[in-house]
Amino acid sequence: MDWHILAQQLVNGLTLGSIYGLIAIGYTMVYGIVGMINFAHGDVYMISAYVTAICLAVLFSFGIDSLPFALLVTLAVTMLITAAYGWTIERVAYRPLRGAPRLAPLISAIGMSLVLQNGVQLSQGAKTQGVPSLIPATLRFGEGNDFVQITLVQLMIIVVSLTSMAALTWLIQRTSLGRQCRATQQDRRMAAILGINTDRIISTVFVIGAAMAAIAGVLVTLNYGSFDFYIGFVTGIKAFTAAVLGGIGSLPGAMLGGLILGLSEALFSGMVNTDYKDVFAFSLLVLVLIFRPTGLLGKPEVEKV
Amino acid sequence: MSHSKPLLQIHELDARYGPVQALCQVSLSIDSGEIVTLIGANGAGKSTLLMSLFGDPLPAGGWIRYQGRDITGLPTHEIAKMGIAQAPEGRRIFAAMSVEENLLMGAIPVGADHVDADLIKVFELFPRLKERRNQRAGTLSGGEQQMLAIGRALMSRPRLLLLDEPSLGLAPLMVQRIFATIREIRESGATIFLVEQNAHHALKLAQRGYVLVNGEIRLSGTGEELLADPEVRRAYLGGQG
Ligand SMILES: Nc1ncnc2c1ncn2[C@@H]1O[C@H](COP(=O)(O)OP(=O)(O)OP(=O)(O)O)[C@@H](O)[C@H]1O
Ligand SMILES: [Mg+2]
Repeated sequence: MDWHILAQQLVNGLTLGSIYGLIAIGYTMVYGIVGMINFAHGDVYMISAYVTAICLAVLFSFGIDSLPFALLVTLAVTMLITAAYGWTIERVAYRPLRGAPRLAPLISAIGMSLVLQNGVQLSQGAKTQGVPSLIPATLRFGEGNDFVQITLVQLMIIVVSLTSMAALTWLIQRTSLGRQCRATQQDRRMAAILGINTDRIISTVFVIGAAMAAIAGVLVTLNYGSFDFYIGFVTGIKAFTAAVLGGIGSLPGAMLGGLILGLSEALFSGMVNTDYKDVFAFSLLVLVLIFRPTGLLGKPEVEKV
Repeated sequence: MSHSKPLLQIHELDARYGPVQALCQVSLSIDSGEIVTLIGANGAGKSTLLMSLFGDPLPAGGWIRYQGRDITGLPTHEIAKMGIAQAPEGRRIFAAMSVEENLLMGAIPVGADHVDADLIKVFELFPRLKERRNQRAGTLSGGEQQMLAIGRALMSRPRLLLLDEPSLGLAPLMVQRIFATIREIRESGATIFLVEQNAHHALKLAQRGYVLVNGEIRLSGTGEELLADPEVRRAYLGGQG
């Protein structure tokens, strides 16, 4: 295989993997703190794509002509609105079920996912929506037929994703809020005895997860330009796979799992077959669940104290 | 602080876990500056009493007053903010965090203002913790984990400190150190409610004590009275001393 094909797949894989990693963060943090899979998370990501498109349309209709300004405002607004969705979903669908059998919030999550999909389908229509390509620039390395190209949007995806992940890691590892999240994750009742409002911390985690998914939503929308009410499903399962691969509950695991899944999916597409890339990802999920359910960086359920 | 108003007053408290009645009509009071101990056999309900002060489990009956204010049924984190801290049964330190991070977790109710000074104080009390401040807390020995649990509780500058069997599983020398430390903490102004199965040590240290049997207060009195009581000697002191 030629070096440039390999390098091209690496670029594509890194782009894809950054997105999976960003969305996987929401699955893994929520699982870590309340022990449930938030199956509506993929649809929260879908919501952010719609918010992105609406926000851009509104800004341009006001005649905003500075693209960087429009993008920054869109990113901020989308993160805010999507985070509000994350917060509301926890309040409405999960908090009333705290202490209920484990199956109850799971069913509620699936219900929430259907509500979001159908709500968007009803209000925005079922057909595929799109935003125009705003940043067409492409960087090219190589000569003749042997070249690697990376679009400016791809570069943006990689840089913004890695920066966001680094910022989140700093927040969790170095700040008081982050310590409170980790304490609540490790022993919620003890955290409360120490004066932590654990309900508020749980809300915060849903908000963080949704905001990270919103960053992914903005970036993907800028990159592909088209989306529909159903995009949360496949992307959601892929990101969930990434979270499991990295070790569900582990924040660095989600980022690592995302990158590995993105890279291997891109290499599989490039070298074997594009049509089966989803099958490949889901097979990987099944294999991880069978052979290493704790994932790459996950801890076994019981820890010696 | 007047003598007529106790710091903590528990009145006819009931607590249950589903069908299990763990506490039945428990009444007791603690004055400012006292060390009060609660002794009782395994399963008597001692830990339940300490936890129910934090609303976990919520009392099924009766009330709890702290500094004259009814705190029955307040959310757990609110109670922590009122100046009550606990080094709970099983220590419950955050194993995946460093020693220092565990101590910082204790300071949540008082905010960041005093953290540096209070860290120094805790490290003076427990120099071991200072040597291991960056170590993962899960790797500490049992005695060190107990120090950490107490140190973490002290970081909130508690007026009332609840200690649940701090000597459990520790070697005799370490037990002595822990009890000496409890005395030091008292001298620095905190009031202490000490749950112990090590009745001999606890009653010698405390001004007053209560004996809990099957969720009910069976006896109460000064430390000396209880040490001399035939029933206490038979049941909790193994006929010794
Ligand atoms: N979470 C729980 N669920 C159900 N029953 C419980 C729970 N915690 C305690 N109990 C029961 O309540 C009773 C009192 O338990 P508690 O832990 O308060 O006793 P204790 O005096 O602290 O005992 P020990 O000295 O062994 O620590 C026991 O019968 C125990 O089995
Ligand atoms: Mg106990």
